[in-house]
Amino acid sequence: MLGILDTLREKMQKTEVYKSVFRHNYQDTQRNRALQIVDNVFLHLHPVRITRHATNIGFTWGMGGITFLLFIVLTVTGVILMFYYRPAAEYAYDDMKYLMNDVAFGPLMRNMHRWAAHAMVITVMLHMFRVFLTGSYKAPRQFNWVVGVILLTLTLFLSFTGYLLPWDQLAIWAVTVGTNMARATPLLGSEGPFGPELGMKINNDVRFVLLGGTQVGPPTLLRFYVLHCIFLPLVGSTLMIVHFWRIRKDGGISGPDPDAKKN
Amino acid sequence: MHHLISILSKPDNVPIVLMLVLTIFYTWHSMSKASKNDRQGSPEEAMLSDKVQVWPYLVKVEFLAALLVMAILTVWSITLNAPLEAPANPSLTPNPSKAPWYFLGLQEILVYFDPWIAGVTIPTLIIVGLCAIPYIDINQKGNGYYTFRERRFAILTFCFGFLVLWVSLIVLGTFFRGPGWNLFMPWEEWDTHRVVSLTNVDWSELFGVPTRRVDDSLNPAAMAIGTVTILAWFSLGFIFYFWKKKSDVIRKLGPLRYSIVAGLFLIMTALPVKIILRLTLNIKYILVTPWFNI
Repeated sequence: MLGILDTLREKMQKTEVYKSVFRHNYQDTQRNRALQIVDNVFLHLHPVRITRHATNIGFTWGMGGITFLLFIVLTVTGVILMFYYRPAAEYAYDDMKYLMNDVAFGPLMRNMHRWAAHAMVITVMLHMFRVFLTGSYKAPRQFNWVVGVILLTLTLFLSFTGYLLPWDQLAIWAVTVGTNMARATPLLGSEGPFGPELGMKINNDVRFVLLGGTQVGPPTLLRFYVLHCIFLPLVGSTLMIVHFWRIRKDGGISGPDPDAKKN
Repeated sequence: MHHLISILSKPDNVPIVLMLVLTIFYTWHSMSKASKNDRQGSPEEAMLSDKVQVWPYLVKVEFLAALLVMAILTVWSITLNAPLEAPANPSLTPNPSKAPWYFLGLQEILVYFDPWIAGVTIPTLIIVGLCAIPYIDINQKGNGYYTFRERRFAILTFCFGFLVLWVSLIVLGTFFRGPGWNLFMPWEEWDTHRVVSLTNVDWSELFGVPTRRVDDSLNPAAMAIGTVTILAWFSLGFIFYFWKKKSDVIRKLGPLRYSIVAGLFLIMTALPVKIILRLTLNIKYILVTPWFNI
């Protein structure tokens, strides 16, 4: 029986279709291990060989990678949620109720989206903490730290804009508290220092632009929805590409300088 | 006690407990690694500098981590429902109204500062300050391994900002603030009718100079005291500069980088100073002007 399976596998591996998909065989050789990385569009984010300490979870905490994993989870569950949700004040809350009560696996998708979002805020903060403690922002990685800080800010904005979408009491009041700050912006807010002197009123200041009105209302819901589902993920993904690419260009994850004299 | 459990088990507060546990664990973990490296004289990481193949040595770790995270996330999502309260109602304000948990540190600072500082200036300075770190930290040591001895000032400053001013204030805002943003112990029942009478005074009034004159106009003497106090605080930077001018660090920093470091550092440390002044002496403002108050 096993003999038949073996022959079948060998036959299959010789077909043109198989060879066009998998460019190398799976024997455990150095060359195949290298090809496994180089020939795979997703894995070739990695170099073929890295220093041993970079595989040590005690050193890296894995927080950057987990953040990226959570971003993927959020994208997948987020797309599914978008099938059931309409960002209009008349429908939004009812759609949430429908999702939580009548859609198969609806609660699971929504819960996973929310908990992954909270978890991502935590992992991104811990990632920054680790990068700071190992001094990994030092030359030549200075600018990548800056990109990371912007990504951290984007993560918070993504989470904050998503917070409004359920359109329940928790959502609008948390966002009201948060966006009320904007009216105190110096120069640009109607209640900020030198704002009134520059002609800032409640219906033309920076908070008005953010909310699309003088209070959190239906236009705010649409604005936050578009920011949450389109604008911020696009900017975030673009910066993530830069962030990951620069890690490679700067010689992979940071480590002690091999040329430095040990004292 | 059941109140503590009810706050802790609020679905949206679970992440805060998670953050607290992870932050404490990783602070301990990194500091013990740092002290081990410091004792050995050469970092542990330098001994693991041989190369290994990413397949399977790294991919294996990534795969297991992903599996573990997905397992935790799935169990979490099955057992705990995301909150969905009553439909949005702009005419019914809940008390307390809280921002999302990661902004509660900033909301807590609102007690001590006006919104233009707590809600706009401080967040901006946090982002700008974080971006500036690689360019103002000129210490070349401690790149790529855990150490404490070689970067004492950097690590202490960052940990103070992250652990005390960010994480602890989030915990304070979540577990200790109830209706009217009044201070409640976590096991205390939230009493919506509690009224706390605070007679706040301004800084100049400690010295017997009232902020406003009898006709309610601002008192220039009070403004002068406030301005002098704030200038005196920031002049600490200049005093330190001329005192330590000959030291290696300050010479290497140069005047521009030094003033950025000193400015950010003094603004950051002014935060807890104002918090303590409020909690002990009920100080409301240091400086009151017609346009803004500090």
